Amino acid sequence: MEYVLNPWPWYITGPLIALVMALLLYFGKTFGMSSNLRTMCAIGGGGKFSDFFKFNWKEQVWNLIVVLGAIIGGFIATQYLSNDAITNLNPETISELQQMGFKGAGETLVPNEIFDLETLNSKSLILLIIGGLLVGFGTRYAGGCTSGHAITGLSSLQKPSLIAVIGFFIGGLIMTNLLLPLIFN
Amino acid sequence: MRYLKFLLVGIFFGIILVKSEAVSWYRIYEMFRFQSFHMYGIIGTAIATGVLFLQISKKGYIKSIKGADIFVPKKDRGLIRYIVGGIIFGFGWALIGACPGPMYILLGTGVLSMLIVIAAALLGTFIYGVLKDKLPH
Repeated sequence: MEYVLNPWPWYITGPLIALVMALLLYFGKTFGMSSNLRTMCAIGGGGKFSDFFKFNWKEQVWNLIVVLGAIIGGFIATQYLSNDAITNLNPETISELQQMGFKGAGETLVPNEIFDLETLNSKSLILLIIGGLLVGFGTRYAGGCTSGHAITGLSSLQKPSLIAVIGFFIGGLIMTNLLLPLIFN
Repeated sequence: MRYLKFLLVGIFFGIILVKSEAVSWYRIYEMFRFQSFHMYGIIGTAIATGVLFLQISKKGYIKSIKGADIFVPKKDRGLIRYIVGGIIFGFGWALIGACPGPMYILLGTGVLSMLIVIAAALLGTFIYGVLKDKLPH
């Protein structure tokens, strides 16, 4: 049971993520989480504003069910399958983050300095909104996210996905190495 | 009932992403600082296993539930949309430490402020849909 309750090593979880992709392909679907944002826009009446949201969203309900499952899975994992183990981060990462004002790096899944609702201030609210906008806009422009491009696209050796993943990393490296130190100094 | 299998796959997906710490904001930060192998190990072994699965299925050894060939849709050709869209997504990924799967999973772990992120992501997708025809692809 200790093995289950402790964090799982990368060499176990990587292949299990591939198994999720394989199962969805086996069911005749695909592994792509960002498509759900488009589906929800379509359900919400986005078709009135753009043809991009005019499609038969009922064919995409299965993917919304995957999302519902993912939410339940997150709940089960934290409530029943976890101990108090803190994320085993590089000590260098922890001290860097402390200098940027992040206390208790690794004790929670996300930093309270950005995500805690009780201490939410205008800065953290703006960061959450900008982050969400960038993810929602960027994934649709790029035609996929980590699941659709990095896992499915690269597994099927598609060049567009390789270009997209290079883009993911260019953006991520700039944000983490250049912009985050400016935002939190 | 026909949706049950998708619910179970989603639950499985949520559990492994929490247990692997791939939903951790700190793990994403660490990855983009090259201070740990952890995330590279996860993504690398996922892709390696995925390649193996698709190569075996290509040979006809694995069929879908309906007996058809395993089918992976082809991405459209293009350059600008992938590099520019990719960079924009990368900014957001590193800022909030979550991509579209973990956004929902984190909500399930009790990070309620993810609702704000999800709402903003919906708006971002909507903005793309409205501007789509004016953007270079």
